[in-house]
Amino acid sequence: MNKVVASADEAIRDVGDGSVIMLGGFGLCGIPENLIRALVRKGSKNLTTMSNNAGVDGLGVGLLLAAGQLRRHIGTYVGENKLLESMVLAGKIELDLVPQGTFSERIRAGGAGIPAFFTPTGVGTIVAEGKETREFEGRTYLMERWLKADFAFVRAWKGDRMGNLVYRKTARNFNPMMATAAKVTIAEVEHLVEAGELDGDLIHTPSVYVKRIFQGELYERRIEKRTVRKSEPST
Amino acid sequence: MTKPGKDVDKRERIVTRIARELRDGFYVNLGIGMPTLIANHVPQGMEVILQSENGMLGIGPYPVEGEIDPDLINAGKETVSEMAGTSYFSSADSFAMIRGGHVDLSVLGAMEVDESGNLANWMIPGKMVKGMGGAMDLVAGARRVVVAMEHTTKDGAPKILKKCTLPLTGLKVVDTIVTEMAYIRVTERGLVLEEVAPGLTAEDVQRATEARLVVSEGLKGMES
Repeated sequence: MNKVVASADEAIRDVGDGSVIMLGGFGLCGIPENLIRALVRKGSKNLTTMSNNAGVDGLGVGLLLAAGQLRRHIGTYVGENKLLESMVLAGKIELDLVPQGTFSERIRAGGAGIPAFFTPTGVGTIVAEGKETREFEGRTYLMERWLKADFAFVRAWKGDRMGNLVYRKTARNFNPMMATAAKVTIAEVEHLVEAGELDGDLIHTPSVYVKRIFQGELYERRIEKRTVRKSEPST
Repeated sequence: MTKPGKDVDKRERIVTRIARELRDGFYVNLGIGMPTLIANHVPQGMEVILQSENGMLGIGPYPVEGEIDPDLINAGKETVSEMAGTSYFSSADSFAMIRGGHVDLSVLGAMEVDESGNLANWMIPGKMVKGMGGAMDLVAGARRVVVAMEHTTKDGAPKILKKCTLPLTGLKVVDTIVTEMAYIRVTERGLVLEEVAPGLTAEDVQRATEARLVVSEGLKGMES
């Protein structure tokens, strides 16, 4: 089995106008940089994106925003993006904000065949408006529904030709759930290896979820907030 | 005596007081901003494991120059380092751990808290909404929620109210409020004033607070 495609452009060949796309990453950490750049080149319009953040001005999902390709964005925090702010205020884009744990669980549910679940998060807040609530063991819970997409763009550290993926440190974030919740999951990896080179006990995303895989050409790996200490910490 | 200190002094007092709530073996989530500073005040010899909701247990100090790793950040998107015994996991696993009540303590900032323990810290109507991030999940799920905030707004208006006016982050979720003026517990009988900062009286704290405070019989000075 070989799911390898030659490039990001080939990997997204069928991402048409109006597609719903999940994109992994937390801030700029673990974002599918090569797939985003390819999507800007392709120019698909009227897209709905689901991603924790909306990138920053000029990077990540911010590139898609600047190119005017988005109709709607679903995420949890968009504080770093001034362009998005002006587009929301001008009514040029629809923005849905979801609590982060609810967002990640809705995606997990979408991949796991669970149409809805009950969570304590958001009870008594505007998040609960219009949603069914139920009591379990004396506490009120809110019903939340699954999220699914046409495509998931995920970024992994290593992947093999079959589509098995391994993530690195906090670059894992939303990538594993998103890989399970789309009709077509496309993985870009920093290192593409042969089947058998990854330890089967240490695979984070099993190959069944991944339809296409390629090694990214360029990783800018930009850091949003560069914080350092001067010397050894006091303990 | 009640002359307001500089913001840095206020923060230091709040942060050092909350650090005294830590216990050996605690798993703790520190919110973005002032709560993050608590990590610098973990008592000697105590092991506290810091959780980051973007998928990490075991946050270490900021890295030294040269050891910066773009794949290793905290929930504030700052570069961090890892402690021995660190683990990484997905966002779904991270919030399962939070919602499931496995995190002992969550410390976060607030714009308003009220006498029922309601919390508002994510949205001001009329201003651009940036999003709630993980705050709603943290307050709904952590075993204990401590609010770290300055007692009043910059204009001196109370932030501890009878009833929150801003959109809520969570309903009846706050256990303890720590400000530069006081240590207050949210209880069935209302807000109990347990400690006041040096140089202040219970009356001083009440004057800066809209909600009615029940003064604890064991009222004492706030240590830092």
